[in-house]
Amino acid sequence: MASQKMSFRVHHIKSTAAPVLALGLTVLPLGCHKQLQNVESPAGMGGQIRPYTGAMEKDDGQWVRATKDYANTRYSSLDQINTGNVGALKLAWTFDTGVPRGQEAAPIIVNNTMYVVTPWPNKLFALDLTKPGAPLKWSYDPNPSPAAKGEACCDWVNRGAVFADGKIIYNTLDGFTIALDANSGKLLWRTHLADITKGETITMAPMVVHDKVFVGNSGGEYGVRGWVTALNTKDGKVAWQAYSTGPDNEVLIGSRFKPYYATDKGTDLGVKTWPPDAWRIGGGTVWGFLSYDPSSNLIYYGTSNPGPWNPEVRPGDNKWTSGIFARDADTGEAVWFYQMSPHDLYDWDGINENVLLDLPWQGSTRKVLVRADRNGFMYVIDRTSGQVLSATPFVYSTTTTGVDLQTGALKRELSKAPKTGQEIRNICPTAPGAKDWQPSSFSPRTGLLYVPHQNMCADEEAEEANYIQGTPYVGVTDRFYAGPGGNEGELMAWDPINGKKAWTVTDKYPLWSGTVATAGDLVFYGTMEGWFRAANARTGQTLWQFKTGSGIIGQPVTYKGPDGKQYVAILSGIGGWPGSIVAGDLDTRDASTSSGWGGALPDIKSVTAPGGTLYVFALP
Amino acid sequence: MCLRSLSFVLLLITPAIGAAAPLRICADPDNLPFSSRTLRGFDNRIAVLTAHELHRKPAFVWTRNGRGFLRERFNKDACDVLMGAPEKMRGVLTTIPYYRSEYVFVTRSREHLKIASFDDPRLNGRKIGLQALDDNLSPPSLALIRTGHVAQLVGINSSGAHGPDIVRAVADNRLGTAVVWGPLAGYWIAHDHLPLTVTPVSPLADASGVPFAFSISMAVHKRDLKLRDQLNEVLTKLSPTVARILTAYNVPTLAKEAR
Repeated sequence: MASQKMSFRVHHIKSTAAPVLALGLTVLPLGCHKQLQNVESPAGMGGQIRPYTGAMEKDDGQWVRATKDYANTRYSSLDQINTGNVGALKLAWTFDTGVPRGQEAAPIIVNNTMYVVTPWPNKLFALDLTKPGAPLKWSYDPNPSPAAKGEACCDWVNRGAVFADGKIIYNTLDGFTIALDANSGKLLWRTHLADITKGETITMAPMVVHDKVFVGNSGGEYGVRGWVTALNTKDGKVAWQAYSTGPDNEVLIGSRFKPYYATDKGTDLGVKTWPPDAWRIGGGTVWGFLSYDPSSNLIYYGTSNPGPWNPEVRPGDNKWTSGIFARDADTGEAVWFYQMSPHDLYDWDGINENVLLDLPWQGSTRKVLVRADRNGFMYVIDRTSGQVLSATPFVYSTTTTGVDLQTGALKRELSKAPKTGQEIRNICPTAPGAKDWQPSSFSPRTGLLYVPHQNMCADEEAEEANYIQGTPYVGVTDRFYAGPGGNEGELMAWDPINGKKAWTVTDKYPLWSGTVATAGDLVFYGTMEGWFRAANARTGQTLWQFKTGSGIIGQPVTYKGPDGKQYVAILSGIGGWPGSIVAGDLDTRDASTSSGWGGALPDIKSVTAPGGTLYVFALP
Repeated sequence: MCLRSLSFVLLLITPAIGAAAPLRICADPDNLPFSSRTLRGFDNRIAVLTAHELHRKPAFVWTRNGRGFLRERFNKDACDVLMGAPEKMRGVLTTIPYYRSEYVFVTRSREHLKIASFDDPRLNGRKIGLQALDDNLSPPSLALIRTGHVAQLVGINSSGAHGPDIVRAVADNRLGTAVVWGPLAGYWIAHDHLPLTVTPVSPLADASGVPFAFSISMAVHKRDLKLRDQLNEVLTKLSPTVARILTAYNVPTLAKEAR
């Protein structure tokens, strides 16, 4: 039942195949993709496999937050399961959440207990890992408002809980942050943060630093104003709140704010880079993962796309959307900001995770953050200053021509800018971008970043092609389809020093699950069809796979059980933005269903069904 | 799907009984005042009359509209005729318009506002409701954003059973005003006996060229020139009847566009 013969393609890339684009001035040409398909060189010849020499957080074998460590590496030092024995990996136990919706949460493992959060109705289950089959210890039902379901743009997902200070803390779709006693499940505090009547929801996994828990809102599609809020873990009281748009005092921009690029310098840019008052509904929500650097006491996170979607109604750079904030973890003061996609044209959120690494860079070691952005560029950014060291394309793109490292500007191909009444074909990457929320992992043993992402393009149809009987309207219809190569998804191993792919594995569907890397030189990830896989971290070769009951869009984790054995866990349950076609039973005959996904996933309903089951694996 | 198959069955049978094939009309099952499964919409009535004039049986194919409808349903021959299509809509062949209407400001009658212009200072500080159509706000959003009212905009879902929500929100003081597509506003205000006033938006086009008044036609497949010509004849003949029907539904109409 477990492992089978593999039939999909693994591409290896010659060291000479991908051009070094440290200056990021040109876009990866179409021809480059062809090279991906044709190369036959052995593994390890592409981006180099070389051990990482930077410092890493100590690993206690638990998984206390979605990102594993503050740096967002999602790397586990456990190596019981490794390339030599993973073929024997077997299902150990399962747990049915009873919620057949998109399962994006990372299970949290601490003190021999596993905590699982479901999509709305956001139940939390505590499972006792000390007993056979991990029976239910307790569960908590927050009874969230059913109205929240209507406000969530992209299924009713939740990305998981966090453990700190004896508490399990998580967010509910209807806008609450909840802290429970991790032992008893008793409610300790509950704070209302997001207002669903304004279209705000919360889907993100909170993060705790010191005595504060950080929470951000979702709902960028519905005219909300983005923020991140710090609550005291002790009592749930709001310590500070930093908006992503509006006047400096509300964005917590003050004397410490030193952005690297001129375009981010000035007073109240969160007001001035918008039409009058448009910042009030300008988006910039904070629904991705946060990172934290203890040495500088800075948190890092990305802001979502600006709203409304139609860019013509919001001329200006639309600060501080589609960018990265570095803030003081205690006070929330902004320290720097960089905008990947000023005046976003395509729904390119900047929420993707920032992986904090200390990289050798042109002769010295730089403290950087590495991020695979929706706009198709892999950024290496000095995390102390916000300076972009490199921005290298990792997908086929028709919409941009590079990033100007002198000004930080994203160079756009203006012929692909959406205009009311015009039809624009072959927009690559499309709205979910080159990579969406699905988190990468990094292995210090290989020095490679394992990035699950999309390879997709879109056509935007003119307003006249829209039809609602009796009601003429101006609108944009997106239709997504696979980019060059015909595969909608790809797992790539990225060499951040050389700025190139070491290997790639393609998938018919977008890879909407996260990855985890282990000291056993394995990378675990899932597919929309429901395969849970272990790839060789050095070659991409699939060494083991297991077909779960539903599509996988979640975050794999691995931990050491009370019996001393290594376990790997994943929630299976299709949903999320693309997968809501299955979870919400939408009609794929309408190609623009689920904001354009219908056409890209015409047969997804026939290859997988809704589900909501946790699978846990171990060696026999 | 059920009804679609039914109309297909009718198609197969009709040659045997020697009559013309039924006229398949795509229509929304729940989109009053335009159309409903119980045939209570004015488009249902006009379509039935039109089919009879053509000596064809009307066969409604219940379809949800919105994104991708043309490509995925109409162009795949789900039906012969679309009702309520803007004149000269791309990708299809449209008839002469059977009515012309406009976006209207909806205000509470007791306030005697009669707001008509997006520059009207009385718009300041009011919550302004707009129909949310798929992910977008209706065309007046462009003008309202340009005139600095973006923060006052409230998108209201007006699809299906939510049709009356936007005018009810004005009546209940949840909105200061709303800019609503005329037929929807006119019908629901009359239907619910709401103390509201409608004033056509003026001028009838945005500076960007996006119009606020639209001539509404039927549409056929591009290849169906003959059917289009037949429909044009019928619509000309039925014009007084259509006008009476629209009046009964309290649809604000404009004279045909000057040419």
